[in-house]
Amino acid sequence: MNVISTHIGQPVSRIDGVAKVTGQAKYAAEAHPPGMLYGVVVNSPIARGRIETIHDAEARQVPGVIEVMTHLNRPHAALFEKSYMDGLGVPGVPYRPLHDGEIHFNGQPVAVVLAETFEAAREAAMVVRVDYERWPHNADFEVALHQKYMPSKTRSNYVPPKPRGDAAAAYALSAVKIEGRYHLAPEHHNPMEMHATTAIVEDDGTFTVWDKTQGPQAVQAYLASALSLSKDQVRVRNPYVGGAFGSGLRAVYNVFLATLTAEMLKRAVRVTLTRSQMFTHAFRPEAVMDIALGASRDGTLQSMIVKGVTDTSRFEHNIENIVIWGLINYKCPNATADYKVAPRDTYTSSDMRAPGAATGVNLLEMAIDEMAYACSMDPLAFRLHNYSDIDAMHDMPLTSKALRDAMAQGAQHFGWHDRSMMPGSMRDGRELIGWGMATGIWDAMFSPTSARARLGQDGRLHIATAASDIGTGTYTILAQTAAEAFGMPLDRIDVELGDSTLPECPTEGGSWTAASAGAAVWLACLSLRRKLIDMLARSENAPPWVKQDTVTLEGGILHDMTENGPVSLSLPDALSLAGYDALEAEETAKPGLRGKISQMRKARFTHSAVFCEVRVDPELDTVRVTRLLNAVAAGRIMNPKTAASQIRGAMVMATGMALHEESLMDERVGRFMNHNFAEYHIPAHADIPDMDVLFVNEHDDEVSPLGVKGIGEIGMCGTAAAIANAIFHATGRRYRNLPIMPGA
Amino acid sequence: MRSFSYSRPTSFEEACRNAGHTRFLAGGTNLIDLMKSDVERPAHVIDIKSLPMHHIADRPDGGLHLGALVTNADTAAHPLVVERYPLLASAILAGASPQIRNMATNGGNLNQRTRCHYFYDPAMACNKRSPGTGCAARGGRNRIMAVLGTSDACIATFPSDMCIALAALNATINLHGPDGERTVGVRDYHCLPGDTPWRDNILQPGEIVTAIDLPPAPFGPHHTYLKVRDRLSFAFAIVSVAVGLCMKDGRIERGSIALGGMGTKPWCVPHAEALLEDQLPSHSLFRDVAERLLHGAVADRDNTAKIRLAPRVIERALWQAAIGTPQSQTDKAIR
Ligand SMILES: Cc1cc2nc3c(=O)[nH]c(=O)nc-3n(C[C@H](O)[C@H](O)[C@H](O)COP(=O)(O)OP(=O)(O)OC[C@H]3O[C@@H](n4cnc5c(N)ncnc54)[C@H](O)[C@@H]3O)c2cc1C
Ligand code: SF4
Repeated sequence: MNVISTHIGQPVSRIDGVAKVTGQAKYAAEAHPPGMLYGVVVNSPIARGRIETIHDAEARQVPGVIEVMTHLNRPHAALFEKSYMDGLGVPGVPYRPLHDGEIHFNGQPVAVVLAETFEAAREAAMVVRVDYERWPHNADFEVALHQKYMPSKTRSNYVPPKPRGDAAAAYALSAVKIEGRYHLAPEHHNPMEMHATTAIVEDDGTFTVWDKTQGPQAVQAYLASALSLSKDQVRVRNPYVGGAFGSGLRAVYNVFLATLTAEMLKRAVRVTLTRSQMFTHAFRPEAVMDIALGASRDGTLQSMIVKGVTDTSRFEHNIENIVIWGLINYKCPNATADYKVAPRDTYTSSDMRAPGAATGVNLLEMAIDEMAYACSMDPLAFRLHNYSDIDAMHDMPLTSKALRDAMAQGAQHFGWHDRSMMPGSMRDGRELIGWGMATGIWDAMFSPTSARARLGQDGRLHIATAASDIGTGTYTILAQTAAEAFGMPLDRIDVELGDSTLPECPTEGGSWTAASAGAAVWLACLSLRRKLIDMLARSENAPPWVKQDTVTLEGGILHDMTENGPVSLSLPDALSLAGYDALEAEETAKPGLRGKISQMRKARFTHSAVFCEVRVDPELDTVRVTRLLNAVAAGRIMNPKTAASQIRGAMVMATGMALHEESLMDERVGRFMNHNFAEYHIPAHADIPDMDVLFVNEHDDEVSPLGVKGIGEIGMCGTAAAIANAIFHATGRRYRNLPIMPGA
Repeated sequence: MRSFSYSRPTSFEEACRNAGHTRFLAGGTNLIDLMKSDVERPAHVIDIKSLPMHHIADRPDGGLHLGALVTNADTAAHPLVVERYPLLASAILAGASPQIRNMATNGGNLNQRTRCHYFYDPAMACNKRSPGTGCAARGGRNRIMAVLGTSDACIATFPSDMCIALAALNATINLHGPDGERTVGVRDYHCLPGDTPWRDNILQPGEIVTAIDLPPAPFGPHHTYLKVRDRLSFAFAIVSVAVGLCMKDGRIERGSIALGGMGTKPWCVPHAEALLEDQLPSHSLFRDVAERLLHGAVADRDNTAKIRLAPRVIERALWQAAIGTPQSQTDKAIR
């Protein structure tokens, strides 16, 4: 698509920014329907067992308490496990809140207290006592590793590793080898906004459910199915979402419990999780990767053997793509990989920002750095030497890969060429300085999406799709897209998102929203514009010049040049002349849109090169990240401001992955123990330096209709490795476990 | 949080009179958190903010009097504190965040409770929170727990930064109780857990901390507060060290040193400090001091790193103090 950019590509500030900073943007827990009850969830302190008795008499005595709902007195919900399947399609038996008395994981909801005030509900929740019969459990990852398996049914996005050559033989023959076990601790998403739902029973008996989710239509489908309702009885709204990072991909138990209790009590119900309860559902799995690399003396990779395991629950098989990335991204004649999951008695691990790649790319890129050093090669030169221009695993061409440019421009900006190769050779006083780099790769996905464009009498263009803006800037880039496609000033565009009744859009995740919803909006706007001009052409009242095919729509006004000079027509006038109050068009963008079948046979990825400087006090084990630079090749950048903000946010999160974040599992009880923000450390301001983000030019009109690849996740991939590699360069010590903490 | 009654008395007499299951409320940054987590369950909350304990004043001996209700932020920024007790200002600034320090009071800081994960989580066994239930931190995830002064009953770290400096400064705590006033040295204020881990300190029921008195501290530039933690700000200490040295012509006349993050209370060892008397700074001297300070340290499952790190942090802090280059709390580089 040939986009002449007046709006697309401009660094526009968020159009929803003012609403957010002035508190006018309402989040899921901020709807205040009349007569609303507050629900507080009671969670299990044991990992496995059965509820024997629930003592709720004391709780019921707390003034204001209306009901204590448990599996014993809950209203009818769907019986079948498959009714609780959600859009993510994790194989297994989905967890069914308050279904029966069996405990599957520590933190499982066992009761919801409903009261007239939040205070009463919370107090009563504290006095609900539950007796359990305890069954043996295992929550120890090391033990679970012995039970690792490959599920017979996988998730649809799973990419099985495809071996090539004879990796074992080539490894044995390699002149230079490295081998090691790399480990990543489990992490929790911890978006700023807690998961929350306000479920409202409307007068006609239907439900309006304000939920913190990444997919209103997915939650709508889930609720309808789990509560045996029809879809048109449930409307799910999430116009604003305070971050999610994947924790809102699946329906969280609060949405089920709020809607179920609202149905039972015929009153509005709000259920908000606490920060502690944010540690009772989705989390990034703990992972190990056994990596063996072989190379010839000149630094040519000869063999790559990657074996990875991530944890899952006992009832579902969560699967991630952690082992494939090196096989795709590096030219290496012999490569093999193996992937399994290890079951433990916890809730099911889940997608968290760049699921699979954040784990697999970072751990592999740490090994690649070791290999570069084993070959006595500069880590950047080593990567260039083994660069693949194709998807080396599938032997498939790529729609584009400007990683070489990203490496070159990143290195130049960072000053990489001044680096001394020797670890421990750069020092400032007591601090050792280290420079490390890594590359990143992430899918460039596209998903069929619909959008509607509507021109009203007020001369404003209204855009609607059921996409979610989880804080990424979707409102803004869709407005820019519409402005560009329709020829409209930005301030005359309204964007409506986050409502299950709007045109279909897949759950926000995987960085596909910009490419997919963007394309749908583009098409809808072009279609609306065509419709308007056609209608005018057919209208008897319209002046003759608008019937010329030279008529243009620019700045929200129809123009043309006639022999008598320029003429113009405002949009409201145009609508009246055409005989309409409003005009509307809806379109669906599909990947094959441009008729280029070739793209089906091409692989598509986003790439990046990350450079990092750390300062380490080798005696005290303190690490300061003093510089971070990410050079990203992600196709067309819709808005460099919101895009850079996404990359920076991901680099902060990856700094947490490298140095701070770890959910501490107490295996004895199967509980994550540091379930608060004082002890679950995300980076503080002091941990984050000024960060540079570069977007390299990457023209790719095959990857998606607008040439967009998406940038929500690539910033995670490689950044943690660049930090770990910089620590090696500073100290000469290899750390193979993330996060790297003092005393490690 | 459970229902409680609330009062805001204006006299000590009234405030101290309340017996029964009460808690004093100052800034609330610790107490309210604990009530929300169902760890503290007072039936009655006595807000002490109307009591006259809001002043910082000169003392006749050249020391300083810090009211219990002065906030941590105001204390650290007070010109007399900055001038005479930069060690204290530095330790306060090493802790928490500006927002919390704006609310937190000196009395509350002294009485803040441990950050032990198991103490904070009523689903877990904890002798400090629920006497006699056991100590789930033993054998659990205890990277942040203490290695000094622990007992079978409890290994909880005393978390404050400010109090570590107060211990090095040999402050005196002023108390007002139902039976009148008394004072106690800060080093004797906090209790070892022993087999009574629910007792954090020597406060008697109804007793209020009214002020902290600081004796003169003739350290000049020879002091430091050095804190190693799991992120560069807004995290409790893994190991912290407060040092003040009286130096003359390059010699240490005497020194004062306290450890944070390591002990079940601010950790001071007088015969380690005695080693410093009338000595020239040297690696071997500082190593000996560290060794004596850490004597008897025992790690549990996850916290051996503390024992490995501590000697290096102690030695570095002693050097910083000896050379007269105190650790900056804004520049995160450790010199
Ligand atoms: C996220 C977080 C991070 C933190 N990080 C740090 C850190 O790095 N370093 C650090 O040192 N601290 C840290 N703190 C703790 C903080 O310093 C304390 O919460 C604060 O000092 C408590 O003071 P307050 O006035 O708010 O006390 P409150 O919460 O009001 O009271 C705390 C306790 O002291 C008692 N009390 C208060 N005043 C008196 C008095 N005058 N007499 C008798 N008893 C009294 C109360 O009854 C209560 O038991 C952190 C706190 C939080 C929440
Ligand atoms: S260490 Fe102390 S505070 Fe922590 S669980 Fe044990 S008894 Fe409780």
